[in-house]
Amino acid sequence: MSEREPNNLEVVAGNGLLHRRLFLTGGAAALGAGTLGQLTAARAQEPPPWMRIPGAPMTGHGSRARYENHVQRLTMSVPGTDGSGGSRTPIEALEGMITPSGLHFERHHSGVPDIDPDAHRLLIHGLVDRALFFDMDALSRYPMVSRIQFIECSGNSRLTGLAPEPVSGTCGELHGLISCSEWTGVPLSILLDEAGVDPSAHWILAEGADAAAMTRSVPLAKTMDDALVAIYQNGERLRPENGYPARLFLPGYEGNMSVKWLRRIKVTAAPMMTREETSKYTDLLPDGRSLMFTFPMDVKSVITSPSPGLELAGPGLYQISGMAWSGLGRIAMVEVSADGGASWAEAALSEPVLDKAVTRFRMAWRWNGAPAVIMSRAVDETGAVQPTRQSIISAKGTNFMYHYNGIQAWRVDADGRVTNVHV
Amino acid sequence: MLSRGLPTLLSVGLIAGAVAQEGPNLGVPADPEEVAAWDIDIGPDGAGLPPGAGTVAEGEAVYAIQCLTCHGPEGNGQLNDVLVGGHGSLTEPAPVKTIGSFWPYATTIFDYIRRSMPYLTPRTLSDDEIYALTAYLLFLNGIIAEDDVMDAQSLPAVVMPNRDNFILAYPSN
Repeated sequence: MSEREPNNLEVVAGNGLLHRRLFLTGGAAALGAGTLGQLTAARAQEPPPWMRIPGAPMTGHGSRARYENHVQRLTMSVPGTDGSGGSRTPIEALEGMITPSGLHFERHHSGVPDIDPDAHRLLIHGLVDRALFFDMDALSRYPMVSRIQFIECSGNSRLTGLAPEPVSGTCGELHGLISCSEWTGVPLSILLDEAGVDPSAHWILAEGADAAAMTRSVPLAKTMDDALVAIYQNGERLRPENGYPARLFLPGYEGNMSVKWLRRIKVTAAPMMTREETSKYTDLLPDGRSLMFTFPMDVKSVITSPSPGLELAGPGLYQISGMAWSGLGRIAMVEVSADGGASWAEAALSEPVLDKAVTRFRMAWRWNGAPAVIMSRAVDETGAVQPTRQSIISAKGTNFMYHYNGIQAWRVDADGRVTNVHV
Repeated sequence: MLSRGLPTLLSVGLIAGAVAQEGPNLGVPADPEEVAAWDIDIGPDGAGLPPGAGTVAEGEAVYAIQCLTCHGPEGNGQLNDVLVGGHGSLTEPAPVKTIGSFWPYATTIFDYIRRSMPYLTPRTLSDDEIYALTAYLLFLNGIIAEDDVMDAQSLPAVVMPNRDNFILAYPSN
């Protein structure tokens, strides 16, 4: 143990978990020497080379440090295509609550369309008093709102959670179909009100302007509650792979429903039973029946550091860091265990803790160098508790494919290597 | 250009109070013919199905040219989605969810092919070709007879084997 450790570290659970006060009072700065980012810089010449000549010029659009270019999305394509399938956010390499736009996960059904915003229009029609077109110029003049909220693909985490044996992979490879951004756009309810929704309407159908013309049915109540026609992502116009120039954004609902490249909204009496809501995104149960319209993403968390691929350099103080989120509301609490679930302690939640947003949690941990199993468990403001993998499989089997939100466990070996385990 | 005018702010205060919402009313009325051209949706009751018809034999010929490379002979055996078979497999450890074993509505086949397929050339098939492909896929799955013809009347009347095995987690109306 380092002499630089802060004093009075209170052990709050088994195997070296320390009180979250360490983060709440700013004492976490003292953890710096022991965290995963070890002080590894070699003693170099003094002053260093970058202090001996002026640096690079200003640029019109910035890019990240060249030393960070290895942080990439992991893409997986449908056979025979290069634009269908998905890419995963490398969440093990990120901190905080916001996903950089260039690393937001992707899920496409026929590639990323190259849409000219001046030629793009949104049509609202169906059970309305008047069918209306909105171009991007018009949409930009409507009152907008901004919200920091997550999108998660409902197929996230199933590769490992539903496999009989734990799948090896980084945290992003296993759980990276989750991203969180500030989304800015026009409340869809304003546009629907302008079109005049007929009292017989209960649903809408949203269609994208990709080559798959992907469609999903959405309850009208959701669209009138908090749906956005999003135009901006993290302050800039949407990235093409996130729906440029406009996308539907449905807070808390499975990502597939937030239709990108939004071109048409048809107001209907009933769901249209599209391919995406019948043959896909339905949850097959052990008795052969399937749940349909399972829209909200349930409470979930995962430890992003340490995680597979990030090794611990040796015994000492470490920061356990992770993400928690719920499609039902705010995160109320995250608990962490370092002894495989035998004991738990409450982690510090990083402010702000927002509705349907990723919340960063942190936990101080004194690793004694012995093998350990670390895991996190989130609770949201509705009281929903993230379930164990075993309880999910007992209730729903292993064929349901979507909405898996089980507790993830990582094993830390004596040599500091981190691997995926089922507990 | 996105910002030809300044955002209209008159109703922002109302939104903050979550009372009523009002916009600048910039929607442009859509011409019914234009709406009809954009609206390609088929409902589960058959609403939206166009005129035309197709047979199983015609569908087999279209399939060989347009679909076989990705989906394999008789809807099976290639890397992309398996379209045929899997009946009785939904309770097995490795269920095979195909049009025949899983899809609850036959109308969805027409809707999906028309909007999304063939993958490299969507929106190029005629309505007759789509009816024919739909008929062929239903025949391969043992759901219709070889001499059945699919059209706007017969397609919505097809009862899919897995139709009653969906539990609505959100009410449909």
